[in-house]
Amino acid sequence: MSEISQDKSFSTPEKRSKTLIPYAMLCELTHRCPLACPYCSNPVQLELKSNEISTDLWKKALSDAVKIGILQAHFSGGEPTARKDLEELVSHASKIGLYTNLITSGVLINEDRLKKLYDAGLDHVQVSIQDTDPENSEKIAGFKGHQKKITTCGLIRKVGLPLTINSVMHRQNLHNLKDMINLAVQLDAERLEVAQVQYYGWALKNQTAFLPTRKQLDDATIIVEEARKKYKGILAIDYVVPDYYAKKPKSCMGGWGRQFLNITPAGKVLPCHAAESLDFLNFENLKEKSLAWIWEHSESFNRFRGTDWMPEPCRSCDRREIDWGGCRCQAFALTGNADAADPTCEFSPYRKVLDEPLSKAGNKTPEFVYRKF
Amino acid sequence: MNKLTKLELSHIPKLPRHAKLRFDEARKKWIINAPERVFELDEIAAEVMQLVNGNISINSIVDSLHNKFKEASREQISKDVIIMLQSLADKGFIVSE
Ligand code: SF4
Ligand code: SF4
Repeated sequence: MSEISQDKSFSTPEKRSKTLIPYAMLCELTHRCPLACPYCSNPVQLELKSNEISTDLWKKALSDAVKIGILQAHFSGGEPTARKDLEELVSHASKIGLYTNLITSGVLINEDRLKKLYDAGLDHVQVSIQDTDPENSEKIAGFKGHQKKITTCGLIRKVGLPLTINSVMHRQNLHNLKDMINLAVQLDAERLEVAQVQYYGWALKNQTAFLPTRKQLDDATIIVEEARKKYKGILAIDYVVPDYYAKKPKSCMGGWGRQFLNITPAGKVLPCHAAESLDFLNFENLKEKSLAWIWEHSESFNRFRGTDWMPEPCRSCDRREIDWGGCRCQAFALTGNADAADPTCEFSPYRKVLDEPLSKAGNKTPEFVYRKF
Repeated sequence: MNKLTKLELSHIPKLPRHAKLRFDEARKKWIINAPERVFELDEIAAEVMQLVNGNISINSIVDSLHNKFKEASREQISKDVIIMLQSLADKGFIVSE
């Protein structure tokens, strides 16, 4: 048995020479969202409701996804429950054999709708919680909804849906990690995902407000290890040391265009949810091209696929088919060169663009810059 | 549904609702879909998992496999099945009725 996953990304056990078979798709149904997280990973330029694609086009995309081998559909946003056809899409996806996951902030949903989603065949729900301390939680989310989230989690379990708590942990909430773990157990979640802020898009504007200190991370690692032992078989905890303090980058989504694709509210198909930050690339739209064609032939999916595009130091590195050169979006955002090795890599000549903010991580924490839609 | 920390032969294992077994045509393999994870099963794991249905005990699973694969000793099969299921149970992917 091989488990092909490490946290967010899947890693391929054997290299496939012919057409790659993707595993998962992220369906960003809408960019509309009542929250305003300062680390939001959506593009800085959001799609308007009037540009959102139709129910029928979403259904077609899901059906085409199954044909090219996709196993899982993650419904996300923005806030996916802001779309009224969510139940219909989940039901369609489930009928054609996709594993369905709802990624939500939990503030717009009630018991009745959760029941409908359950009946539609929803397999799993992931709720984001910004912090255990309500005040800080609401400060981070830029929205008063902490209690509502907790209530929603209870309702999710009540209707019988499995629950993952996703918490982006950073400088301003890592001290509550233990409480977060306890909260997840209390809420009867199966999993807790301790996510890290990725620095591109909006988050880059708040970099120094989020960067944890080395000490915070060392403490966090110990807490996670202990909790994993204590709650073995009860709560699974996903946690990875963030890029910034690692010496080698992580593989991005299992490699560009290898296992994953992302569909935006307007129907663009991207190799990763942040790919539009690579503003020199042209991304195809489902209104014009089929999903299979885009996956296999589009310029954007092939641009960083495999290893041919790599310059040194990646080209001759023996990790090139392990991390695939790391994150393209982060490389571009931090170095201005999308072909560069991920700057988190110790072999990257740009490593200093990270070490510099890190050296300031002990200083005073600046205020957040919030996004407004 | 009970979460399991240590599996025993008398337990009746099943997949929790968030994990789903199915045959994938594109890959020609049995897989388990789970949150943010896909388990690709090798032949033996696929044989075991097709018997995990919330109706029969691990003991009976071992019996059935022993009937099917006579070359292996019952003891060996029993050991392998427990190890495989325990690794899934540790991650919360095997529960009991
Ligand atoms: S040089 Fe490139 S391939 Fe090698 S570890 Fe660094 S990012 Fe990965
Ligand atoms: S390229 Fe970077 S931003 Fe995009 S998915 Fe990969 S790691 Fe994330």
